[in-house]
Amino acid sequence: MAVTKAQKEQAAKFYETMSTIRHFEESIKHDSLAGEIPGFVHLYIGEEAIATGVCAALRKDDMIESTHRGHGHCIAKGADVNKMMAEIFGKKTGMCQGRGGSMHIADFSIGMLGANGVVGGGYNLATGAALANRMVLKNDKVSVVFFGDGASNRGTFHEAMNVASAWHLPVIFVNEMNCWASTTPYRTTCNTENISDRAYGYHVPGVIVDGQDVFAVYEAAKTAVERARKGEGPTFIEAKTYRIEGHYVGDPELYREREETQKIFHDTDPLKMFRIKAAKLKVMTAKECDAIDEKCAEKIKAAKKFAMESEYPDSSEYMKYVYVD
Amino acid sequence: MRKLTFAQATCEAMAETMEKDPTVFAMGEDLARQGGIFGQFKGLPDQFPGRILDTPISETFIIGGGVGAALAGARPVVDMHFADFIGVPMDEIFNQMAKARYMFGGQATVPLVLRAPDGMTFQGAAQHSQCVEAWFPHIPGIKVVAPSNPYDAKMVLKAAIESDDPVLYFENKILYKEKGELPEVADQVPYTIGKARVEREGTDVTIVSYSIGMKNARAAADLLAKDGIKAEVVDLITLSPWDKETVLNSVKKTHRLCVVHEAVKQSGFGAEISATVAEEAMEYLDAPILRYGAPFCPIPFAPTLEKMVRVYPEDLYKGIKGMF
Repeated sequence: MAVTKAQKEQAAKFYETMSTIRHFEESIKHDSLAGEIPGFVHLYIGEEAIATGVCAALRKDDMIESTHRGHGHCIAKGADVNKMMAEIFGKKTGMCQGRGGSMHIADFSIGMLGANGVVGGGYNLATGAALANRMVLKNDKVSVVFFGDGASNRGTFHEAMNVASAWHLPVIFVNEMNCWASTTPYRTTCNTENISDRAYGYHVPGVIVDGQDVFAVYEAAKTAVERARKGEGPTFIEAKTYRIEGHYVGDPELYREREETQKIFHDTDPLKMFRIKAAKLKVMTAKECDAIDEKCAEKIKAAKKFAMESEYPDSSEYMKYVYVD
Repeated sequence: MRKLTFAQATCEAMAETMEKDPTVFAMGEDLARQGGIFGQFKGLPDQFPGRILDTPISETFIIGGGVGAALAGARPVVDMHFADFIGVPMDEIFNQMAKARYMFGGQATVPLVLRAPDGMTFQGAAQHSQCVEAWFPHIPGIKVVAPSNPYDAKMVLKAAIESDDPVLYFENKILYKEKGELPEVADQVPYTIGKARVEREGTDVTIVSYSIGMKNARAAADLLAKDGIKAEVVDLITLSPWDKETVLNSVKKTHRLCVVHEAVKQSGFGAEISATVAEEAMEYLDAPILRYGAPFCPIPFAPTLEKMVRVYPEDLYKGIKGMF
């Protein structure tokens, strides 16, 4: 079957989003290690295909709840990287005008309702947003909550899953199964190999997908979004991935072998996986991917320049935004 | 003038705001079928079908879901069943509800009301009797109110629902059944969150309280009046942001301060009031500040024990007499 223009455009969009995230995170990593970025930063390197595939299935007015490892979700939902970078540098021109930083990045204009510094803090917020949209505001917007395997052991998971299922709410639970809860390997604290097994207990479809394959993630998300929009309720998507970086930038990673992580990255890097699959599907060539990488590198360089040249917020405004009135 | 109970007055506030704004809805345990376990939602489920929701027993969802609903553009009223259960969704309150607006740089508004029935009643014992309001004025980003009579119950709840900031509304379980006069709707004066009221003017001592503590304040003022001591009674109504000016002005006039609440005295809200008066009006005081609250003890079950953790008007009367 001939490849359509739409398929090519979609593939290019997938790759551009993933490449933007990769370049963004590498720039952040460099600047954080150099001491130019204050505070904690948690990188999404190696997990790019998940946010990219899921958000590609969403509309601009759909809503997402993100995590402390949230830059990828924010970019994939369509946020401006200049404003994101400025926020991570704590500048006045940042998404949150320097009030939030990396762990609280948000862009309400595109339904990105915030990264959350509390692990497992997003389920109820996304489910509540879904409730409001469906039952109160009577629209067809869909919510997505991203969470890791560590967060799946929070009690909030149960409360939100149960009510989302009971009321058929349009919320999609996207589990980024990256095998690590900070320094603790997932299987040492949980006897459920596939977290999506739990979905069965809530009468929610549980889907396992290769989190390194953006095409597969997109297809799973698309099905879940259609189901949610039709009022058929939530879906649980478990995207198998791996946390390539330390828990935070600067993590000495005493709990694992760096060589093993490198090997996993070598074998499963979602950008590399994309190139292989795109060539097979004949939707993109390596040259086209290289051109996108170059463009993204420039975009992120410009974002850093924008952030560096921006001013810090005026100290006198520290009380602004505590209350509306 | 009409006479309504405190619970009925809160229903009126809900009905009026729900009528006006279709984005207002309520959720919590036992609201739709039961009308609230204290009758504080009675009639509303029939009047507003589908807008008063019975949730599972899932406090983190009730509050966190409320915050999410507010972020999405609705105006939720969430009910905590008993204020004692508020520890369960504490993260949803102090890390999500209170922080969203600030940490997202003003992008978020959280127009949510959390209703929390509190106080000693029906021999409820340690986990169904507490007054926990003092935990929350320590948290920037939320507002805290605790009305003491039916008219305020209505006007404060209306103001809370209409506020674009999250508001914790503490409603005392004993007060629910108390009747009070309410003007006709057209004559009602909107309440501004953050304003205290001098309920009774006096010249000799200022008694500050809120919620059910006001019963002690009023009764003590009556006892003192018999001895010719004119107490000024201030109903704080809002605990955060609280009306320092009204309290300080009163103390500057009377030169004596007594604070009272049903909550535990140690680290209670009375401590904040007392400290502020000591900081800002020490030179006006003719006597040490008096503070009344429950002893540092969980609420016991047996009546012979429970009565020991209550504050009585006679306590205030004796203490205040000693100031002269």
